[in-house]
Amino acid sequence: MTSEPQHWSFLLGKLGPDSIPNEPIVWATFVVVALGGVALIGALTYFRLWGYLWKEWFTTVDHKKIGIMYMILGLVMFTRGFADAIMMRLQQAWAFNGSEGYLNAHHYDQIFTAHGVIMIFFAAMPFITGIMNYVVPLQIGARDVSFPFLNNFSFWMTTSGAVLVMASLFIGEFAQTGWLAYPPVSSLAYSPNVGVDYYIWSLQIAGVGTTLSGINLVVTIVKMRAPGMSWMKLPVFTWTSLCSNILIVASFPVLTAVLALLSLDRYVGTNFFTNDFGGSPMMYVNLIWIWGHPEVYILILPLFGVFSEVTSTFSGKRLFGYTSMVYATAAIMILSYLVWLHHFFTMGAGASVNSFFGITTMIISIPTGAKLFNWLFTMYKGRIRFELPMMWTVAFMLTFVIGGMTGVMLAVPPADFVLHNSLFLIAHFHNVIIGGVVFGVFAAINFWWPKAFGFKLDPFWGKVSFWCWVVGFWFAFMPLYILGLMGVTRRMRVFDDPSLQIWFVIAGLGAVIIAVGIGAMLVQFAVSILNRDKLRVGGDPWNGRTLEWATTSPPPDYNFAFTPVVHGLDAWDEMKRKGVALPSTGFRPIHMPSNTGAGIVLAGIATVCGFALVWHIWWLAAVSFAGLIGSAIVHTFNYKRDYHIPAEEVAATEAERIRLAAQGA
Amino acid sequence: MSAAHDTHGHDGHHDEGASHGSLKDYLIGFFLSVVLTAIPFWLVMGDVLASKSATAIVIMAFAVVQVLVHMVYFLHMNGKSEGGWNLMALLFTLLLVVIVLAGSMWVMYHLHMNMMPVHDMRQLP
Repeated sequence: MTSEPQHWSFLLGKLGPDSIPNEPIVWATFVVVALGGVALIGALTYFRLWGYLWKEWFTTVDHKKIGIMYMILGLVMFTRGFADAIMMRLQQAWAFNGSEGYLNAHHYDQIFTAHGVIMIFFAAMPFITGIMNYVVPLQIGARDVSFPFLNNFSFWMTTSGAVLVMASLFIGEFAQTGWLAYPPVSSLAYSPNVGVDYYIWSLQIAGVGTTLSGINLVVTIVKMRAPGMSWMKLPVFTWTSLCSNILIVASFPVLTAVLALLSLDRYVGTNFFTNDFGGSPMMYVNLIWIWGHPEVYILILPLFGVFSEVTSTFSGKRLFGYTSMVYATAAIMILSYLVWLHHFFTMGAGASVNSFFGITTMIISIPTGAKLFNWLFTMYKGRIRFELPMMWTVAFMLTFVIGGMTGVMLAVPPADFVLHNSLFLIAHFHNVIIGGVVFGVFAAINFWWPKAFGFKLDPFWGKVSFWCWVVGFWFAFMPLYILGLMGVTRRMRVFDDPSLQIWFVIAGLGAVIIAVGIGAMLVQFAVSILNRDKLRVGGDPWNGRTLEWATTSPPPDYNFAFTPVVHGLDAWDEMKRKGVALPSTGFRPIHMPSNTGAGIVLAGIATVCGFALVWHIWWLAAVSFAGLIGSAIVHTFNYKRDYHIPAEEVAATEAERIRLAAQGA
Repeated sequence: MSAAHDTHGHDGHHDEGASHGSLKDYLIGFFLSVVLTAIPFWLVMGDVLASKSATAIVIMAFAVVQVLVHMVYFLHMNGKSEGGWNLMALLFTLLLVVIVLAGSMWVMYHLHMNMMPVHDMRQLP
């Protein structure tokens, strides 16, 4: 299946009848997806929603709507990535005592690669970008991000990468290399088919979106803070977002460069990462982790901010040690650049190199520990309300600490020589990513959902989801720690030792419990939307502390009728204590950016271009690349870039806000 | 950390953060960059220095100066533009570039030393 001779035609490149995967599981998936897709398109057409979606959502430059679209993208891809996860769990619990399980090697290798790529690039990244997009401009009292069109374009480029990954499921194959596609296995010699090319181009296209949205948010935070909001009055979430976006801007170019070098190796026969002519596969490993380690801090830092906001809001107190929190975040930002070698201690660097990177890795646990104590001291003597965001936060603290400690164990080079690439490592990074990033995203969704939609999420189904997730997590990953200590390595498809099976069965049960948790969360969304009139809340449902709670829920298009003036940390809390009312008269027309379809058009052409490059359809690649440049130039002649919301409309919206606030809603 | 009172971007008027250079600045920059390009060419074409590695080091030094000339005279960067943020961003970039380059060279050198086809484990540093 993988080694048939390559055919190539001018019109279709490497694409041919045999490009459709010969796997019943994939066919069944395709049938289900096709039926679902037809039903969705039919429903959208029947209810005449296409115009609404195009005008209000796809072409929007409003940071709030783009944030919500990022969250939807993340959620869709998260379920895809979880489907991969549960398939792996089933295979590993099954393939004992001579059984081959139900997945062949070619399919299984694609699944673990796709799981990693999708969860990091197309679930976690859209989640954090979505949260930052929604919350940061509101927290700093701005109307929008600095470059609203760029924001729309970034979103669609990320989506374009996700579309290419999804396409690889039904047309051709995905990489079978593991999520970082190390050469030599990702080189042309060992991966001659299109899997790695799908990997390269989906990440390159999505990377454009990620880098641009990073630049956009850095500029927004530096330039568009409300008057009076000096650096040490910046909400913690905005601080952590700033550090995370600086890391994006500084590290994603390294990923782009290293993938470009890999594609040169694959497309034009250079030898950067081969063993010939002075090339070195180890250089690829070195470079990709220079991006890869900052990447995990890109993911976790904004969630540290979320936990800080949630802890102080639900403890009814100022955050303990705000200044140390800021410095800890900045220290983590710098240190995350000094530890990348701990991902390949075993590659053969000597004792001096390994001990340097081992020590820097252990040092990171100091600012992280400081943060944890800050959260605990914030809770200490606070009036804690255990609502859903706070429950996720407490679960995070308990879970993340375990993951952090196993991380410090792995930072000891001699210990790493035993545990490297074992299931202990898998358990460790799922412990920090699920316990930190995923729990943080759920805390954020439960925390800011009322702000985004004007009604709270249903607490009962939220609690069902919470307990299934937390219990399921422990069931699913503690066995992997044990297996890892016994020496079981990652990415195995079949096992010889029957005594290991029980642990994989337990881990599989854990995955099923998590599946129930995900299901309960989807039910929670559905139930809350159906009961939205009962769950309706006002602008400030949690007795919040930062500026996003000063507007209505959902906020008007322009966020704030007048730019708020900030005098201290936790600006909204201070306004409430001093009884400062937002102005109710004297509104002026508000200058706003116009919607544009350029972002979705450009990203659509980029998807075609990426597909053509994957399949070596050179004429289509050339035409679509020219189209990309041409459309970008045409967009520069679009002069209908802005409009004004009339003062009367602003006055009417604000009068409604004041009326609702007077009702105590 | 300075308090920023920026309302730029809200009303769409131009940013006055960075200065725009005068004709004199551009001419000085042009002259310097030409000289800084010509000297390395001369060093290579004329075989001026005895050792090749010395030539390479001198050329790299000229490249660094060239980068600085471009930043000062063409990009109008100084310690004060954009309220000091340009300088801060530049220093941060330099720090990361130094970490990436020096770190990679250190790591790869060690890998090279230890991964030679035949090596004696007792000689590990």
